[in-house]
Amino acid sequence: MATVKATPSLAAETEKRDGGGVLSRIGPTSRWYWVRKLLENPMAVVSGTILLLLVLSAIFAPLLAPADPTFLDPVKRLLPPSRSAWMGTDDVGRDIYSRVLYGGRVSIMIGVVVMLASAFLGTLLGMISGYYSSFDTVIMRTMDGLMAFPSILLAIAIMVALGSGAANVCLALVIVYTPAIARLVRSSTLVLKQQQYVESARSIGLRDRDILRRYIFPNALSPLIVQCTFVSAFAIIAEASLSFLGAGVNPETPTWGNMLRDGQRLIQRAWWPAIFPGTALVLLVLSLNLLGDALRDALDPRGRDR
Amino acid sequence: MTAYIVRRLVMLIPVLLIVGTIVFSLMHITPGDPAAVMLGQSAKPEQIEQLRDQMGLNEPLPKQFIEWFGGVLHLDFGESIFLGMPVTEAIKDRVEPTLLLTIYALFIQISIGIPAGIIAAVRRGKFIDRFLMIFSVSGAAIPTFFLGILLILFFSVNRRWLPSGGYVPIQEDPVAHFKAMLLPAFTLGFASAGLLARLVRSTMLDVMREDYIRTAFAKGSSERNVILRHALRNALIPAITIIGASVGALLGGATVTETVFTIPGMGRLVVQSIGRRDFPVIQGTVMFIAGTYVIVNLFVDILYVFIDPRVRYGDS
Repeated sequence: MATVKATPSLAAETEKRDGGGVLSRIGPTSRWYWVRKLLENPMAVVSGTILLLLVLSAIFAPLLAPADPTFLDPVKRLLPPSRSAWMGTDDVGRDIYSRVLYGGRVSIMIGVVVMLASAFLGTLLGMISGYYSSFDTVIMRTMDGLMAFPSILLAIAIMVALGSGAANVCLALVIVYTPAIARLVRSSTLVLKQQQYVESARSIGLRDRDILRRYIFPNALSPLIVQCTFVSAFAIIAEASLSFLGAGVNPETPTWGNMLRDGQRLIQRAWWPAIFPGTALVLLVLSLNLLGDALRDALDPRGRDR
Repeated sequence: MTAYIVRRLVMLIPVLLIVGTIVFSLMHITPGDPAAVMLGQSAKPEQIEQLRDQMGLNEPLPKQFIEWFGGVLHLDFGESIFLGMPVTEAIKDRVEPTLLLTIYALFIQISIGIPAGIIAAVRRGKFIDRFLMIFSVSGAAIPTFFLGILLILFFSVNRRWLPSGGYVPIQEDPVAHFKAMLLPAFTLGFASAGLLARLVRSTMLDVMREDYIRTAFAKGSSERNVILRHALRNALIPAITIIGASVGALLGGATVTETVFTIPGMGRLVVQSIGRRDFPVIQGTVMFIAGTYVIVNLFVDILYVFIDPRVRYGDS
């Protein structure tokens, strides 16, 4: 696509803010314009930075953690935060800071896996359902059926059937979050398939697979990306809730949900076993939600004032 | 109108059928024999065989489904071997706490969410707007169980103002009942209140741009009058959908909240059955809650037609 010159006023304003840097060269018609809008939004920059720090600390947990997260030390039971263990220890003497770092790995991994898998599955089902009306009823009624359950209850029920474990948590949450994505992609597909460029693609004899891949999918992408950030946030909360309820990841594994379960058990005696993993969880989910909001503003030119 | 309501009632059947199929198939996606899973590793083969017979697992699958779903329609969810009673009995004992908790949480959602949304919209872009919206985003980011733990820590461990859990039936002692339910209801309603506030804010902003609002201002109505009589009424219509939809989130969230505050409701029944892998109880309770949610949403849809005369559902 040829780049159209930005209107003088907008270009001038950008120039002023950016001091003529790289960003100002991305005009409103560029396909990378949303990146510029995202970087100009302070909320996006702050939440993106927090998210990046959390991801990095999870990746480098083995290097950052001062202790083995599963090492029991009966001498150091339930010590308050101090210089040697700055988030304190739990009732069997495990270092909470190390456990929070390792717990982040589980949360983030499950968030990413569930997001990618349900995005893939939801996109596939949504595009088929929207493009081929003969499959529409069967697929969408099943999705509606799945959405008729309160999501956490459905996840619990699936977990009881499958048994505990991280892989099963992912599977259960993919089943829970795919319908919302399928519904979203279907509605974009229904609109897009009426567009003239899809019709002309069909008239020159392009195969359906190519039409879906080259014309429908790229144009349905922006709402999908926004939805994906929210799905990963929901999945992270859901995983923690499942572990908290005893229907999630194996109780021995350090996860934030498991730690909060212990934290609640100890609540009358100590605040630190619950507060630190809980705060980490809130920070992660909050940064994902804020980033999702900022992405929506950046990708959707209509919803700017909302 | 009647035709519409009848049509919606008829549509309830396929929805419940699909929901039932999903719940029914849960037991059959278990790797291995559900009867063996339920009895644990120490079970003898004869015991497993006996339970299989009792649960009807030796019947052909379609027959099992028809029998189970037929029971569901009569609110008969089978037997729980662990509790030694019909699942329906177990649910009946635990409906009241969950129902009341959900209603109180709805009340909190509405009484915080709607005023907050209006204030944010009216003072748009001002400090109070930003503050309320940040509050509402955080509401969605704090998992219910962590909020519950924070409130317990603050209000019952540190200050001893409110109990940290338990349940008192309202007939027994209304004061103790409300004291015990205050923290759980707030915990459960807070996240949905944030969601509702955001929606009310954005619909209010849309409505304030309408011609009839300008007309109302032009004829000399006060700002207060315009907002309360003209704008709010119209802005609340979409809010009803969100409130209806959040009943599902609240019923699900009740599971977590009941566990945090040790309230003997349906959600806690489900959670207690996880470790025992008591399939009939879990299937029955999940089916009951999902069914309730489906019916609530049906009522909301019908209510919608009554409230908003602009929504005219045709017969097509």
